[in-house]
Amino acid sequence: MKDTSVDRHLTIALAGNPNAGKTTLFNSLTGLKQKVANYPGVTVERKTGSWTLNGNAANLIDLPGLYSLDATSLDEQIARDVITGEQSGVPKPDAIIAVVDATNLERNLYLVTQMFEFGVPVVVALTMIDVFEKQKHEIDIEMLAALLKTPVVAVNSKTSRGIDELAEKVKEVIGTTPVVPYTFEETSENGAHGKIFTRYNFISNVVQESVWHSDHEKHRLSEKIDRVLTHKFFGLVILVAILLLVFQTIFSWASLPMDLLEQGFHALGDFVRTQMPPGIFADLLADGIIAGVGGVVVFLPQILLLFLFISLLEDSGYMARAAFLLDKLMSRVGLHGKAFLPLVSSFACAIPGIMATRTIESRRDRFATIMIAPFMSCSARLPVYTLMIATFFAGQTVLGFISLGAVLMLAMYALGIVVAIIVAFILKRTVLKAPPPPFLMELPPYRLPNLRTVLQNMLTRAWLFLKRAGTVILAISIILWALMYFPRSSQQSAVSSQQTKMSEPGAVATGSELPESEQLKHSFAGKLGHAIEPVIEPLGFDWKIGVALIASFAAREVLVSTLSIIYSVGKDETEESETLLAAVRDAKTDDGRPAWTPLTALTLMVFFVLAIQCMSTLAVVRRETNSWRWPLFMLAYMTGLAYIAALITYQGGKALGFG
Amino acid sequence: MKRKTKDKLTLTDLPHGTDARVKSVHGSSRVSKRLMELGVVPGVELQVVKSAPFGDPIEVRLRGYSLAMRRSEADAIEVAI
Repeated sequence: MKDTSVDRHLTIALAGNPNAGKTTLFNSLTGLKQKVANYPGVTVERKTGSWTLNGNAANLIDLPGLYSLDATSLDEQIARDVITGEQSGVPKPDAIIAVVDATNLERNLYLVTQMFEFGVPVVVALTMIDVFEKQKHEIDIEMLAALLKTPVVAVNSKTSRGIDELAEKVKEVIGTTPVVPYTFEETSENGAHGKIFTRYNFISNVVQESVWHSDHEKHRLSEKIDRVLTHKFFGLVILVAILLLVFQTIFSWASLPMDLLEQGFHALGDFVRTQMPPGIFADLLADGIIAGVGGVVVFLPQILLLFLFISLLEDSGYMARAAFLLDKLMSRVGLHGKAFLPLVSSFACAIPGIMATRTIESRRDRFATIMIAPFMSCSARLPVYTLMIATFFAGQTVLGFISLGAVLMLAMYALGIVVAIIVAFILKRTVLKAPPPPFLMELPPYRLPNLRTVLQNMLTRAWLFLKRAGTVILAISIILWALMYFPRSSQQSAVSSQQTKMSEPGAVATGSELPESEQLKHSFAGKLGHAIEPVIEPLGFDWKIGVALIASFAAREVLVSTLSIIYSVGKDETEESETLLAAVRDAKTDDGRPAWTPLTALTLMVFFVLAIQCMSTLAVVRRETNSWRWPLFMLAYMTGLAYIAALITYQGGKALGFG
Repeated sequence: MKRKTKDKLTLTDLPHGTDARVKSVHGSSRVSKRLMELGVVPGVELQVVKSAPFGDPIEVRLRGYSLAMRRSEADAIEVAI
């Protein structure tokens, strides 16, 4: 009967409400054979996988979680376009699997009633049926199917219950046309939203005839948990504790694997040097490519850990509670309650923080969060703060007992937060101005997270990070390397990198070689440093600091290693910090004045709080906003702000007699 | 906009834990449409479970699930006890 349709590659769409168990079902149907990309031109994620249903290969499309097909949000628009076959690059689906949560039947069925109106056959996959029956409710699946006039299959991804039957039913419906099981009345009394009213009336009748609720509902476990977790006082205490744990984890527990990765790349660079003949290719490979890519891959443990936590919080249902608790606070600045976690994560690293903004549905709220995330002082700024404080403010106290260094450190974090709040406030009233989207958020019942879903989500994010950010970062690393490497000032064969703290592999030391600091001075980067000197002079920076600023555009902590190269500090890493402190303190400008004063150090710290100085962040912003406009805007406004703030600090400080 | 006429009871006025029935859904068409899509249609029973620590948003229970909304949205829902 359907011989032609069976032969070709089938396309099946998987649609359902958020939290309905769609992802779990998708994973169990496709296994590891899935692809994640974006729909062209937008940041809505497009997830596809291959599913074999009784011998036929089908392309399974996981639509974004949605409540309606009325195209009010971007997700809904895309889902609608996929179902109607209008989305370019996606064939019109042969059937839709509607994922319906049995414990939340009425609202879940709303989307199903809409699907009937598109002429694509629908099979209902009823999830959470085990939970539903545990609560002593009963559901008559045959009756439900008869009333909906479409097949209904109870599925359980854990036990594989109903998976074969689902495949069978899907094959059966392909080629048929669904029947809309209700009729709209032409003269509706309920105004513009009459259709919604009609659909829900139909659903109420269906549920009344097919479901028997027990009286046990009052004692739901989720309500008991919520009494504690969303308590007006303890709820906030627990939230802070959870955030601290997440923060602590990405901040400190990730440091061991990060160190290992750093050492690994370091060793790889050394290995390349010993194996390859000295020369430009060895330098490019070791200093440009391995060091550049290594510098990015080092972030991977933080990203994996953060996404492990986010998946756990999201899947367990806690994330919605956190947003519920904090929404009032965040809405004062014009942000969504869900912006809190990405911002806290950004204290460890803005990259996973920005990637975590995906949980915010409203595009404008999300972009505002992305734009301010890099103001949170990340771990890469710490080496810069530490160097400046250790060099110029060590051992000094405020009020006799508080360490000046600690006060300054705290002030830098506070400065970032205050500026972020102001910028968010301004952005939400200008560039990202919009009527506040309705804050309507489901508080799903608490559930034990599905380990497989959590791990898969984590790996997907990690892979996307490596793939997308990695390509841009690799290109920029090579450019920066070239800027510091060319032109060569003599016949020398090798100069070690400014980008990492690699020690020189002794084999290449020859008598004719210029010191690295000399090479850097004559490189394009050195010339650039001279070129920008007039611009940075009002900040109290000489051209050498300018070179360090340019180099640290790759990543903030590179400032430290670049300064050690510029001041020809010994390469022994164990002594580096000791000697670098002295070198910075004793450094002279070309006309013999001290290059650094405590005021210069403070100005540099202020600059680093506010400047973007991180190509990885820009690459991730490019990916997450799907446009070059936003990262360029970020680069421009953050650098501008940093310059102005540094100018005020330096000139103000000088006027007050410091420095 | 904080003042309301005495004869109209909205979801914001509803004491926590009291069962009520939706009479009508007002507000901008964007808000009212979304509310109705989520099941807040005239005739449906609901109750306010609690409010967040700073008084906003509130948690509303209807059709067997929990929905959080800001007071500005709750104000658009006219109810009868």
